[in-house]
Amino acid sequence: MKLSDSRTINADASTVWAGLLDPEVLKACVPGCTEMSGSAQDGFEAVVVQKVGPVKATFKGAVQISDMVEPASLTISGEGKGGAAGFAKGGADVRLEAAGEQTVLHYDVEAKVGGKLAQLGSRIIDGFAKKMADQFFANFSDVVGAPAEDDASEDADETAKKKGWLKKLVS
Amino acid sequence: MPKDSGIGAATLRREDVRFLTGKGQYSDDINLFGQVAAVFARSTVANGKINSIDTTTAAAMPGVLAIFTGEDFAEVGGNPAGWLINSRDGTPMHEPKRPVLAHGKVRHVGDAYAAVIAETAEQAQNAVEAIEADIEELPAVVNMKDALSGSNFVHDEIGTNQCFDWGWIEDNRAATDAAIKGAHHVTTLELVNNRLVPNAMEPRCSMAQYNSATDEYVLHTTSQNPHLTRLLISAFVLGIPENKLTVIAPDVGGGFGSKIYHYGEEALVLAAAKKLGRPVKWTANRTEAFLTDAHGRDHVTKIELALDAEGNFLAFRTETMANVGAYLSNFSTATPTFLHGTLMAGNYTVPNVYVNVKAVFTNTAPVDAYRGAGRPEATYSLERVIDKAARELGMDPIALRRKNFVKPDQYPFASAAGLEYDSGNYDALMDKMEEVADLAGFAARRKESEAKGLLRGFGVNAYIEACGIAPSNLVGVLGSRVGLYDAATVRVNATGNLSVMVGAHSHGQGHETAFPQVVAEMLGIDASVIDIVHGDTSKIPFGMGTYGSRSLAVCGSAVVRATEKIINKAKKIAAHMLEASDADIELKEGVFSVAGTDRSVSFGEVALKAYIPHDFPLEDIEPGLEETAFYDPANFTYPSGAYCCEVELDPETGKVRVDRFAAVDDFGNVINPMIVTGQVHGGLGQGIGQALLENTTYDENGQLLSASYMDYTMPRADDLPFYAVDHSQGNPCTHNPLGVKGCGEAGAIGSPPTIVNAVIDAMQSGGKNVTHIDMPVTPHRVWSAMQNV
Repeated sequence: MKLSDSRTINADASTVWAGLLDPEVLKACVPGCTEMSGSAQDGFEAVVVQKVGPVKATFKGAVQISDMVEPASLTISGEGKGGAAGFAKGGADVRLEAAGEQTVLHYDVEAKVGGKLAQLGSRIIDGFAKKMADQFFANFSDVVGAPAEDDASEDADETAKKKGWLKKLVS
Repeated sequence: MPKDSGIGAATLRREDVRFLTGKGQYSDDINLFGQVAAVFARSTVANGKINSIDTTTAAAMPGVLAIFTGEDFAEVGGNPAGWLINSRDGTPMHEPKRPVLAHGKVRHVGDAYAAVIAETAEQAQNAVEAIEADIEELPAVVNMKDALSGSNFVHDEIGTNQCFDWGWIEDNRAATDAAIKGAHHVTTLELVNNRLVPNAMEPRCSMAQYNSATDEYVLHTTSQNPHLTRLLISAFVLGIPENKLTVIAPDVGGGFGSKIYHYGEEALVLAAAKKLGRPVKWTANRTEAFLTDAHGRDHVTKIELALDAEGNFLAFRTETMANVGAYLSNFSTATPTFLHGTLMAGNYTVPNVYVNVKAVFTNTAPVDAYRGAGRPEATYSLERVIDKAARELGMDPIALRRKNFVKPDQYPFASAAGLEYDSGNYDALMDKMEEVADLAGFAARRKESEAKGLLRGFGVNAYIEACGIAPSNLVGVLGSRVGLYDAATVRVNATGNLSVMVGAHSHGQGHETAFPQVVAEMLGIDASVIDIVHGDTSKIPFGMGTYGSRSLAVCGSAVVRATEKIINKAKKIAAHMLEASDADIELKEGVFSVAGTDRSVSFGEVALKAYIPHDFPLEDIEPGLEETAFYDPANFTYPSGAYCCEVELDPETGKVRVDRFAAVDDFGNVINPMIVTGQVHGGLGQGIGQALLENTTYDENGQLLSASYMDYTMPRADDLPFYAVDHSQGNPCTHNPLGVKGCGEAGAIGSPPTIVNAVIDAMQSGGKNVTHIDMPVTPHRVWSAMQNV
């Protein structure tokens, strides 16, 4: 499965960079993440609970970051094992591009799934992956980004952002 | 006037009473005191090195009694291949060991590497999930072409993924090449015979018991051939002597080939039952069935047909890659060779045939015989390329076939592919087909379809198959490691009822109804007093089971032979009772009489006498009335048929609907026409499923993507038309006593090319010059093909 896209995040490149390497930020942003530890240098360990179609599982995964060129690009690779549910593994090349106050984050993901995830979920895995990516970046924008201007007009910015983050942390 | 009993009667199936009222007893229905459950840990990767399997946590979980890994079976034998194939250069095929549990490496998704036995299946499942297996994923070999050219091997110790490179008939190769080189016209077609999952309604299930006091085992299992399964376990895998192992296949909910084979789960539950001293049951879930039941078909073929200027066939030349999966299943080497290559002359007088088959190991589930087994692949290749040739030459597809048919006065006919056809009349089948299909009305129906904006296509097919598997002397020469006779014991009980113990297993074929019809006809008694006993090695004689449309032709012939012995002995008893000579006794309508007199005794009186022999001359007549016969056929039987169909194709969506289907078969004599019609219906359903819907898909990593009914499309009632089925054109088999040929696989053999030929014709009628499309002919494929020309 391959997925390529880009997102504009309302923060400068160094803020985005720091966020991508911060386990607390990642924990808040990865959908279904219940545990995240480690560091960019030594790799992260994560536990994610997710439901892919009919398959619900707890995935234990290890993630490595390599080819770090601060604050421009990095490569993420990892594998999550879901026991009887199967596994997912893959990697992403991430590239950051400054655009004024904002940062455009480009990513190319290549992933594969195995076991029950492939057997029962292959038909929906592309849609699932896209949904996961959408959720991650929505969360990431909330956590590291300054609120977009049109958002600000609707809500008291700081409170909304904190609420969002806190809510994610406790859920 | 149709008969109402005996041979030829459409007797209702007595077994349906229990099947339709929920009284069938399948393996999983059997529960024993103290029974525990087995659940398997299965590989999630297609190719992997087992670095370690840590069962510590799992072993400590509630209810867990034992955990087995491949290590525990390292010393026992492998599950063998039943047929040795030699390559063209004379070297024997490669036979890597197929262990009970994977050891060292896992080779396909679903390959079992451990098994947990626990008090309940749920506890066992939980413990399976707690097994910590360090399995290092390795690149998978999935595509056959890559497998043959690459250096990544499914079995490292062989150093190749080619199991064998077989030529049939190698001596005909040069002549075939020459005929093709010099031909007026050569039609070439490359095609894929899509891989299928058998999808028996009942998943596999095995339960073992062990009695330590007697050292005896009982295995209840979903098998089409309990004696063969016992032989494989006894002689090859576990070494349990046959007299200490009873294998029982009770009611079995469909096999289609997939339950011929011995599987590792059977050996595992036997070993576990002995270790624990408790009955151990394993029942597959549907996902396990998709992952581990032996799959069917999966050929990639190039076929060439050479013709002269008049349309006479000069040669067929075929190159096929046949996927055998990760391990050799029991008949996997026979299916693409002797059940396929030998049929590549079809119904035709073609003088030159050469077939090359390369069997290829891949990191996928094992592939073996599935309804038709090799013969559907042969028929599909032949009948598709013939249709293409007719189109290229501007000839009528029926006329081209008729021109090349073997004619009725040519039997026995030695085909260019090495078989001797004993009887048939292919023109008569075609005549009948044209009639029952109302071919004359096609043009008008096409107009009606066109008025609705739909394209109507007509497809035709002629097939021959080799059934009644098989003459032991012939298959022995060809590499079979077993004989393929069958056996029956007819026991006449004292009060005149009969138990007939047969080697064939009935799991949908209706033996319990049809076999008594034969015995009843021969004895002139009511079939209702005759019961068939099958499926239990402790009760039945050593027969080879049910597959290859063999039950009636081979086991039914054994029933005839045993019944003949019964009649001979009963005549002796009757002669003694009537104080006459044996030679003067006649049997008619259940009564033994002295010819030319009114002195007689009934069958029932003779039966009683046999068991109360107060006045027997014991030097001449033994007490009792029970006889056994083994029957080994002299040749294969050769059912044949002419099929046609009409499809309606929606050019906007590519959706194909089968509107009409006519199947005219020569099954020789027919014992029960209702059962035969049902068998044809079932076969057609599976063949149409293959043609339109079913496909087994592995991704490039060897992950099975079509592993549930969300992704693997089975035919449903509304995918199938009402069939016109006819078997009035029977030419009796010349070498078995019933003159029967076998009907179980015909529908699945004849229908796929019929459908695809019709779809091509529909597209052509819409002005789209599509000459080939691969199965399954899904709307997406049809629509794409029509856009791309």
